[in-house]
Amino acid sequence: MSTTPKIELRDVHKRFGAKKVLDGVNISVAPGESLVIIGGSGSGKSVTIKTVLGLIKPDAGEIFVDGQDATHLSFRQREPFLRKFGMLFQGGALFDSLPVWRNITFAVAQSQKDLNKKQLKELAVEKLQAVGLRPEVADQFPAELSGGMAKRVGLARAIANSPEIIFFDEPTTGLDPIMSDVINELIVEQVKKLGATTVTITHDMSSVRKIASRVAMIYQGKIIWDGPVSQIDSSGNPYVDQFVHGRGTGPIHVEGRSKSA
Amino acid sequence: MHLLTQHNPLSRVGRVFLSFLAAIGRLALFTVGILSHGFRPPFYLGQFGRMIIEIGYYSLPVIGLTTLFTGAALALQSYSGFADFGAEQSIPIIVALAITRELGPVMAGLMVAGRIGAAFAAEIGTMRVTEQIDALVTLSTNPFKYLLFPRVIAAALMLPLLVFVGDIIGIFGGYMVSVKALGFAPVPYINNTWNFLAWFDVMTGLVKASVFGFIVALMGCYHGYYSRGGAQGVGAATTNAVVSASILILLMNYLLTEMFFSL
Repeated sequence: MSTTPKIELRDVHKRFGAKKVLDGVNISVAPGESLVIIGGSGSGKSVTIKTVLGLIKPDAGEIFVDGQDATHLSFRQREPFLRKFGMLFQGGALFDSLPVWRNITFAVAQSQKDLNKKQLKELAVEKLQAVGLRPEVADQFPAELSGGMAKRVGLARAIANSPEIIFFDEPTTGLDPIMSDVINELIVEQVKKLGATTVTITHDMSSVRKIASRVAMIYQGKIIWDGPVSQIDSSGNPYVDQFVHGRGTGPIHVEGRSKSA
Repeated sequence: MHLLTQHNPLSRVGRVFLSFLAAIGRLALFTVGILSHGFRPPFYLGQFGRMIIEIGYYSLPVIGLTTLFTGAALALQSYSGFADFGAEQSIPIIVALAITRELGPVMAGLMVAGRIGAAFAAEIGTMRVTEQIDALVTLSTNPFKYLLFPRVIAAALMLPLLVFVGDIIGIFGGYMVSVKALGFAPVPYINNTWNFLAWFDVMTGLVKASVFGFIVALMGCYHGYYSRGGAQGVGAATTNAVVSASILILLMNYLLTEMFFSL
């Protein structure tokens, strides 16, 4: 490809104690692409995106963002780099000590210090409306929100600074099917509006079909397949087939079950 | 060969010693990290203000009650001992010296370890396991500057103030018991206290208090920041924060007292 990939991981390794979590991950994400990484629990999905953000330091390998080496940045060098990113955490990870509007405008309040309280609150209300929440929610605290509302507020916070790259960590986990669909729709809508590049990790196939333009499957710390979303049903890869169809038996070794086939 | 080293008691001692050294090294790096990040902008004054109120203001009742009863008990105890030798006149200065030099800072330090150290470990530990600390980082905010530095500095600044107030209340506790129960005359009691108490005694206590405040906040932050494993991990972090802070306070109290005595 002639254009520089937005994100590129080259042979990234990470182990925690004796457990090898990433065993040479290679993947690149083109600008504007919506990559979804699928894989079972504990296959290294979360660790992959956390190494890009620098939340976890890889043991070996290189990470590039916009062609720049992002593997060995100090925290101070990382600050401007992180402005490009937004992230929706699995549990929302909203700051419980702050009201919703402070949560949403957290990054904006720091990068644009000239904004006053009223302007910040207006911005928060605007973002809340973008994710389908009423303005009154702005003054509530995260502990008062339901799971679906917390996810929406998390989404509002992730998009508030108009990031170029957004990571979604299991955006629909723990939500009912209807709420899951609402969140998926919101993600698609907001990402299109921002023109952002996204990486989503999930094991929810309905999310995959809704959000993805490209899909990668991670198994035992390696990317074992990647291709356009249209090909996931005809990948010819037995691991992908087993995962997509949710079969208990197949080549994927499941803990607590004797290996079969 | 491998089996031999695994079960050799000497190698086990060696491993324990090495992991102990590793823990000290990690704590030292953590402390340097907090200070070196914290003294550079941006500064989070709002966070700092919140901590000043949390530590300074809300700890006042606890510190006041602790020192009040300590001073009162001290007066009673020293009376029952000293009356036999006819040395009751030294009770005011015994109370004042014991409170300002030793009991004020140590009691306040231990109470604050239970109140503030535990709260910091639980709050920061919960933020760790619910990914709120990761979220801070992705929102371009350094958790050392935003979370840890304001807590450590606020504690090191507020504890001397608390202890100063506690000193006064503790001396007052001794005074109340002496005057109301033991039959001391009020004015000579106060004169005795005032004339024999040197500023140096009070200052050494306040220096101790500042060190203890730093230790309490540091232990709370350290154990919270590195906690893992859900609710159980946060519980363990809280316990470790209080226990390690209490032991370090008593250890540092001895070392500082020794240092001040040699001055």
